Order: sequence, then C-alpha cells, then structure tokens
Amino acid sequence: MAVATRMAFGHELIEIAKTREDFVVCNADTKTCGLEKFGQYFPQREFSFGIAEQNLVGGAAGLAACGNKVFLATFAVFASMRACEQVRNFVCYPNLNVTVIGTHVGLQVGGDGATHAAIEDVAIMRSFPNMTVIQPADAVAARAIAHSAVDFKGPLYVRLHRNPVTDIYDPETYKFEWGKANTVVDHGSDMTMIVSGILLKKALDAAAILKEQGVGVQVLDMSTIKPLDNEVIIKAALETGAIMTIEDHIIFGGLGSAVSEVVVQNCPVPMEIVGIQDRFGESGDSELLYKDHGMDVDSIIEKAKVLVVRKKG
Amino acid sequence: MSKFHFTQTDVQRLEEQAQQLRQDIVSMIHAAKAGHPGGSLSAVEMVTALYFHVMNIDPENPDWTDRDRFVLSKGHACPVLYAALARRGYFDPAILNTLRQYRSILQGHPDMNKVPGVDISAGSLGNGLSVGVGMALSAKLHNQNYTTYVMLGDGEIQEGMVWEAAMAANHHDLKNLVAIVDCNGVQINGWTNDVMTLEPIADKWRAFGWTVVEVNGHNMRDVLTALHTAKTMRKPTTILMRTVKGKGVSFMEDESKWHGAAPSDEELIKAISEINMGGVL
Repeated sequence: MAVATRMAFGHELIEIAKTREDFVVCNADTKTCGLEKFGQYFPQREFSFGIAEQNLVGGAAGLAACGNKVFLATFAVFASMRACEQVRNFVCYPNLNVTVIGTHVGLQVGGDGATHAAIEDVAIMRSFPNMTVIQPADAVAARAIAHSAVDFKGPLYVRLHRNPVTDIYDPETYKFEWGKANTVVDHGSDMTMIVSGILLKKALDAAAILKEQGVGVQVLDMSTIKPLDNEVIIKAALETGAIMTIEDHIIFGGLGSAVSEVVVQNCPVPMEIVGIQDRFGESGDSELLYKDHGMDVDSIIEKAKVLVVRKKG
Repeated sequence: MSKFHFTQTDVQRLEEQAQQLRQDIVSMIHAAKAGHPGGSLSAVEMVTALYFHVMNIDPENPDWTDRDRFVLSKGHACPVLYAALARRGYFDPAILNTLRQYRSILQGHPDMNKVPGVDISAGSLGNGLSVGVGMALSAKLHNQNYTTYVMLGDGEIQEGMVWEAAMAANHHDLKNLVAIVDCNGVQINGWTNDVMTLEPIADKWRAFGWTVVEVNGHNMRDVLTALHTAKTMRKPTTILMRTVKGKGVSFMEDESKWHGAAPSDEELIKAISEINMGGVL
C-alpha cells in the first residue's frame, strides 16, 4: 500500500468521528488532508474560517477555551508562520487542547515551490513550551496517531507529508506510543540512524545496502520529535558510537538539532545531520530535490560510510 | 426581571463601584511601578457594567460552563479587569498590589491559568475577537445561551486579524458575540488618527455585517442601554464607546504618555483625590 500520511490521518479522523462526538474541526480553505470534507459528514462539528489562518487558530483557541477538543488543518507553512504567534500565544501559552495539523511539509509540495514548502516548521513548533510535535513515517503510523491524537490533551502539532509513501508498518502489529522511539531494524552496532517522517523508507533501504557492504546499522523511527526519547538516544550513542539523523526539514532546529542537544550534553559521539540544506525549496520532482540536498538513498549511504570512518578516528 | 433592567439605585451603585476600580487601577500601577493606566481608566464604566450588573457569572464557580465570557483583547488594560475580578469576589483585593511582580498571579497581561475568572490569556493585540468567535461558535454548537463580550482598543483594530474575525462572525451568524471598542482616540505614540487613520470606524464594522451602537463610554446609563441593545440584535454587535484615555485623573486624560506609565507617590495622592471627588461624571 502507498497512501500519503496526510490523507491517512485525515480519513482516519473522519472514521473516528463516526463513533466519537467529542471533537470538532476548524478548516481553512485549502486541500490539506481530506478533512475539508469533514463538514459534509458532520456539519455541526466543522467550522470554516476561509483563507485566514490567524483567525483559524484564534477561533480554535476560543473553542478549546470552552472545553472543546479542536483539530485544525492547513498547510504547515501557514500554521507555523502565518499563524505562528497565534499558535504560541493562544494555543501553547494557555495550554489549550488544540491539535494543529500541518500538511505539505518538506520538499514534497511538488510544483508549488519554496513559498509553500514548510522546511522550518519543526524548528518553530518545537521551540514553544507546552507543545508536543509528532510526525508519522507512513500511513499505518498516521492512522494510529490519529486515534492517539483524539485522546491527547494539550497543544499538539502533527506534521504530514503530501505524497503517497510505501507502508513500512504492519497495521496488525504497529503500536504508537507517545515519546517512544521505535527500533525498526537492528543490523549491528556500527552506527544508528534516527529518522522522523517519511524518509524512514530511504533510511531502511540504505541500511539494507550498508548491511550487505558490511556496515551494521540500527534504524530508529523518532515519530515523537518533542518530547524526545532521550533514553533511547543516549543508549544508541553509547552502543553504536555514531548517530545520523535524517529528516525532511532544514538542517537547523529540527530533529537533527534536537538529537544533537541530547547527544552533546550526555555522551558526545560523531553525528551527521541529513536534511534540507541552507536554501529554500523549489519546484520540481521531490526525488530530484532529495538527491540535490543529499537526502536520497545513495547520499545517505555515502554519508553513513564517512560517519563510520569519523567514528573510528 | 431582565438582567438589563436597571434603576437609579443600580446606576448609583455602579458609578460608586467604578470609582473604586479607578482607585484600584492607579494604586496597583503605582505599586508595580509600571503598567497601563490610560486604557484601563477609559474602560472602567463598561467593565463595571459588565461584571457588576450585566454578565451572568458566578465568582464561586469561575469555570461554570454556561457563564458569559469576557475577552480582554486589549490585554494591557488588565488592571481594570483585575480590579473588577477582585472586587467581584474572584480573589482577595489585597493581591492587586502584586501586579507584575515575580510569582504574582497578576501577570502584565492576563493569564487564564493563573487568575480565576480570566476566560482566555490575552494581550498580544488583534487576537481577542478571533477567540471570541471561537467561544461564540462553541455556544451555538452546544446550544448554550451565554454571550461573549470582547473588548478591543481603537488602536488595536489597526491589526488586520481583527477584520478576519469580524468577517467570520458575520459568516457564522454570531449574534451571541459583542465587540466593544474602547475609542479613547489615543495610542502609545499619539492620537490614533495621526498614527493610522481609523475613521470611519462605524462604517467599517457595518460593512463587515455588524450592527453598530455608538455610546458615551463614561455614562453608565448609556453603557447599560447599549449592552441591552446588543443583546437583542439579530447580528453580531459592535459597541463603539467614545471614551477619554486616562478618564478621571486630570493629568492623565488624553495624554499618550500615560498609555504605559506609573504615577509617582505624589501623582498617586493627586489621582486618588481627584477620583474621590469625581463621583458622578
């Protein structure tokens, strides 16, 4: 199966709404995650805010201040930047029960280019006190997170990708747990790859090839970016002595920075941060863009080999 | 009897209460050595009318789900809100003199998780009406009869987000939402119409689908009547209250420097004396 994390999350939320009446949806006028159809099924529980993201977040805060669980959805660029202050001052500061769904993240916005590509949103969202930040690696995880998000209390940011992605997890066995990394494969102790989001597939492909080439890699899925699973990071640093982070986000302030903050303060080891370089996104096929930024499977393999050499000093 | 019925005795009681709030405002800002007296004093009659006569609230049960809501979008005027809440019984008035101090519940802008009776943390300008839209939507969703009142500064409506919210209130038919614009005509760097022209304010709100009521914001009878009118309208209502910044303290009136400044010891004595003599305005 290959379903986009955004569509899996949105559709699952609509399914959940059939049996759960205890949440509402606030929409801006964008095609985000399928939730724009929520009002067709549940007209009383959907509120349209038009092309006005600041008011979207402020209105969601007002609904939440009256005891409602609120999901709001828009492009991640607008949630994190146009409505940045409203998320900070009216969701995070009062610690209200609002889930901000940010879609079209990283380099996957297709032809829309830099203005619509959220490459800084994790850096922004994780810097706010009270905020929890989550990013599923595939549709299976996205659906599981939708269920957990309905029961979650407090400010939550859910980061979702645009394009269909091959399922990694088995829905029969996958369990989502807040703040816990998931060890996806453990091919050895030469290094650890810590991944958040849909690039997990590339990390797994790279790890399989590296295994054949004699490099043993452990791959962790860090779906909760904040609060971070410090314990598993420290354990990985101690046991494998080298850490590579991989994320569809600029190399500043995202997963790589978050992991670095834990590593340098607890058990410094060589690290490599794979992500979007210090330049804006652009139009074009996302696979070409990933290659251009050194985030494709071949680049990950090359960088992993260099990292293992650095580890050996 | 309607909550909006009022007698001469009510008016006299409310006017006396207003003078108490004025004293509290200048006293707490003096104690804090910082704060915003001008926009607090201009809003006194309206806040008094709301908290001591009009709003359906219960200080013993601040989180009562059917209570009327109040959003102080111009959060820097929190001294008037804090004074009203304390005098209404939400917390001990002795706490007022801890305004802005370390570990005080009375932050420089209101914090709903610290102060009983504050319905939303606010203060960053331009945001409160959107929150009010959400609260009014919630009332409709759950078939509740409460009214949401949002107080904005006139300078504040220079923020574009206010008009996003104004548009949404009309779209969602929020007749349970009342915007109150404290038109004191002064913002931090001078007269509002020198900084950024606001007029014609009433036409702007009407163009967004709101009913507009204009009132002298220092006349208690007029204020009560305007609130009654707002409650009976079939559209969201804006009360444009014409006020004087720093009202009740002669040297603060119409002076932008008193937007955000604390009185000295001598100025406090003079201010309290003037407020005591002020009585019915």
